[in-house]
Amino acid sequence: MSSPLTSSKRPEFRNIHVTQIVGYRLPPSGLVSIMHRMSGALLFLLLPWILWLFDLSLISEVSFAHLARYASHWLVKLGLLAVIWAFLHHLVAGLRYLLLDLHIGVEKEAARRSAFAVYLISLPLTLLAALRLFGAV
Amino acid sequence: MAIGSKRLVVGAHYGLGNWLAQRISALLIAAYFVFLLIALLVTRSASYEGWAGLFSNLWMKVITLVALFALFYHAWVGVRDIWMDYVKPTGVRLGLQVLTVLWLLFCAVWAVQILWRV
Repeated sequence: MSSPLTSSKRPEFRNIHVTQIVGYRLPPSGLVSIMHRMSGALLFLLLPWILWLFDLSLISEVSFAHLARYASHWLVKLGLLAVIWAFLHHLVAGLRYLLLDLHIGVEKEAARRSAFAVYLISLPLTLLAALRLFGAV
Repeated sequence: MAIGSKRLVVGAHYGLGNWLAQRISALLIAAYFVFLLIALLVTRSASYEGWAGLFSNLWMKVITLVALFALFYHAWVGVRDIWMDYVKPTGVRLGLQVLTVLWLLFCAVWAVQILWRV
């Protein structure tokens, strides 16, 4: 017999912690959600680097040429690609959230489809940027 | 950390304000990038001349700065959400929030300097 005092502790559901992300099998919308957060955090962390690049591009013709040389290094290109991916994912997923806020596509199946649509838009655009950056196009 | 018997210090205002600000700033930033893309296509500014020429206009500086301020505010709301979700000790969370604000203020001042040097 269990009284309220002796009954087992009720389960507690918290936010998924960063360290638990890998272990979770998230539905597509959940994956879009956590990647929205990660891409936002990445853009925040890289903000000074982006501002610095913007500064170099504007100071003078000399700094502009310096930037072009700097950006020709593969490691810098990889960094730029990370910024482009994060921006595209954050933008497209963000637009999806704005539609959800307007109660558009909140049904389970529609939300699932729009989550896939986020990848269908952001990933090919990222690939295009990658081809452009690494000189294939 | 509790203040009094009921209130918990969590750093949130429980309100509509940040929710709305996050969405309005998002729209401003998205609109700015559409505008920038069009401006670049129209002026064909792939060279330094064209690129710096575009940003030498006062209207371009003002529009860019408004978009950047929207971005910094947007970043503040978003990063604060991250601290509130994962960092539970009030002191550590408060410290990280203060650092975030200082960092974004630094970026904002830097952005003004970058734009008004062109």
